[in-house]
Amino acid sequence: MSNSLSKIEKRTAYALTLPAVLIVFAIVLFPIFSNVWISFKEVQLKDIRIPEPRAKKIVKSIKNEDTKIKIIYKLRNSSLIQDIRDVKFHDKFPSNVKPIDLDQRCKFLSNKVQCDFGNWSKKYREQFVIFFETKNGEKIDKKQFKLNKPNLKGKADNILLTSDFTLSNFKKVITNYEFKDLLLTTFYYTFFGTVGAIVFGILSAQMVNQKFRGRSFVRSTLLFPYVAPVVALAFTWELLLDPNSGTLNNLLLNYSIIDKPINLLGQKYVSIFVFGFEFKLRLALTTVIIFEIWRYFPLAFLFILARLQAVPKELYEAADIDGAGPYTKFMNITLPQITAVISILFMIRFIWNFNKFEDIFLLTGGASGTRTLPINVYEQGFSIGNIGMGSAVSMVIVLLLLFFMLIYFKLIGKRANES
Amino acid sequence: MRVKSIITFSLISSFFLFSLISIWKILSTLQGIELKTLNFNFYFLSGIIISIISIFLSKKLNKLFKVILLASIFVLIDYFINGSLPIWHYIGTFLILLFFVNKLFNYNKKHFSYDFSAQIIFFDFLTLFGIIFFSFVILFPFYLMLVTSFKTQALLLINPLDFSVDLTQDIKTLFKSYIVVFTEYNFGKYMLNSSIVSVGTVIITLLLGIPAAYAVARLNFFGKNFLSTSILIIYMFPAIVLVIPLYTVFSQLGLRNSVFGLLIIYTATTLPVAIYMLQGYFKSIPKELEEAGIMDGQNWFGIIVKIILPLSLPAIASVALYVFMIAWNEFLFSLMFLDSPSSFTLSRAIQFLNVGAETPRQYLMAGSVVVTLPILFIFVYFEKYLVSGLTSGSVKG
Repeated sequence: MSNSLSKIEKRTAYALTLPAVLIVFAIVLFPIFSNVWISFKEVQLKDIRIPEPRAKKIVKSIKNEDTKIKIIYKLRNSSLIQDIRDVKFHDKFPSNVKPIDLDQRCKFLSNKVQCDFGNWSKKYREQFVIFFETKNGEKIDKKQFKLNKPNLKGKADNILLTSDFTLSNFKKVITNYEFKDLLLTTFYYTFFGTVGAIVFGILSAQMVNQKFRGRSFVRSTLLFPYVAPVVALAFTWELLLDPNSGTLNNLLLNYSIIDKPINLLGQKYVSIFVFGFEFKLRLALTTVIIFEIWRYFPLAFLFILARLQAVPKELYEAADIDGAGPYTKFMNITLPQITAVISILFMIRFIWNFNKFEDIFLLTGGASGTRTLPINVYEQGFSIGNIGMGSAVSMVIVLLLLFFMLIYFKLIGKRANES
Repeated sequence: MRVKSIITFSLISSFFLFSLISIWKILSTLQGIELKTLNFNFYFLSGIIISIISIFLSKKLNKLFKVILLASIFVLIDYFINGSLPIWHYIGTFLILLFFVNKLFNYNKKHFSYDFSAQIIFFDFLTLFGIIFFSFVILFPFYLMLVTSFKTQALLLINPLDFSVDLTQDIKTLFKSYIVVFTEYNFGKYMLNSSIVSVGTVIITLLLGIPAAYAVARLNFFGKNFLSTSILIIYMFPAIVLVIPLYTVFSQLGLRNSVFGLLIIYTATTLPVAIYMLQGYFKSIPKELEEAGIMDGQNWFGIIVKIILPLSLPAIASVALYVFMIAWNEFLFSLMFLDSPSSFTLSRAIQFLNVGAETPRQYLMAGSVVVTLPILFIFVYFEKYLVSGLTSGSVKG
């Protein structure tokens, strides 16, 4: 009895989960695995179309001979790099006509011309002509010939399914002189973006945790940047930071704080003098990081605020009695209470900032020293058009990601054990 | 009372005053008023003077009288320095001063004699400063987006700092950018596409996600643990590593440039988080209720529809809103998969406007307002649900 019940339970469970599992498998897991496959292949963006035979039909009447007609097919292989095998052609014609001197490759059978063109090499082109005349000497009707379109079939290899593999993509990715810079930029962006967001999250949560008028309004406002679409925000920031007509530069010029506009998104380095030492700051990268912090600190704020509100009031009251100052209270009560949230938040945000694509893409497009790994995937795969290279870069991302996830799940496991 | 406390108090409070006034001045400058300097020295000095007066002024005088008196004196001096500016600027300054002086008089003077008075004063004012600073920094870009959409290219070229909106002009000229965006740039169609994709994603995700989450939360089956851990792992894989294989496969299948293709992708990428959030909630529903359902002879469909759904409506609302937000804001996939303008979503359309021919910025901003407003309205209206969705689901972002 119980056995059959558990069987039913199992069957129900599979029925309930199957649709979701299938669609996630097809759209998420399958691509991750095919990434591995593609990254070992030399594929260009232009190769991914499967080559197909094409024909353009032109119908021409012949001067002074209205019982005859000339039909031209411009045949070609759509691919510049791949052959097509066994090209078959057929086209239908009106019932009262017959072909004259039909090409040897073709047959005429019940109003249809069928041809066997054999193999077409890459870039193959041919002008194929058929003449027709009416069977009974009637005048020919040109329109009738335009009714049908030729049908072509051929076999071609899908370049993605061939079995030639190469390591050259990975070699290129890793030996590229920019690779170190790429990793470094990604790391800067990820690390400072995450830390900044958490620091501002703590500050703002600490503030909103006090009672004041308009508190719920401030709380919702703080979440706006996180909720609003990136596209709109990135373009607004671009307008704000534009060196010529941007509001920020114009304001700073207006108050004579600077004397010439700064190209915050387009300048790679800026020199800063501190005590006579020159420091080179990655300006565009810093701006992008600030945008990142602005957009994601609300999330840290939300988490930390929720945690802060759960801290028992008695702890602070006891500290008051002991005569502790605000700084001591923050360091000894608040901070230990939120470290758990912060460490998990740090890992989550770290992983997500590491993968972040849209923000940088929209603000700088990866120019002026802001190219991170995700931007490089797009750059290689779609700007340069080397799909194999793009895949190889995303494999690097996946590997690093798996490493971060391992740490994250260990962290979560440790927390679960503690509590 | 300690001298040290008084010095900290006046320094910090005057810095606070300076930042308040500066924000007000920036906002006034953006209304086209000529203000060439922030005048740090003057405001800092007045802040110190006001705060010291507020400590020592006789307690016999009526508080309201004192507050108004100090504020008026300050505004008068401000008027002599800055010359004739529009009256509303001075009214604003006066109100800020009222707020500030009131704050000073209400400040609990006991704090001065505490052990950590400097720290306490610092924290108190930092909080105030922080609230205003954060609100300003957050809202400023949104403000800029909105006012730019009401200006014209020519006006912005003449004075790039003048964002004042002339409300006396007739409605058609005022909303010209929006009219252009909807008629010439076809934003109505894009809005429809965005809505179809987002609402469709929400519906399909819930239809597939609720049963799956129920199974993971309640039923015992082989592979259950594997499934529930892999949900989280899959969820953390970013769009950028999926984009190349999906692009090649969708190109070969001819699924690019279709709203339907986008719908499948969005559903697949939001399903893991939906299942993750829902199963957490389903686990918190008491099991006895379902057992009662089984006694009544309900099958799993009946249990989900009649028992689980009514009980978890708030959780489903949060998931729905969160998924809607992800789908509405999504950019990368819509960039990669939509090439023909007839299938654009709003995000893609705005990016297209920006990359394409020199689109005047007010149109770009009007478009941005069109894509931002719906989601902000939804957020403000359903804040409770969306916030709980954000907290439980936002391992992602």
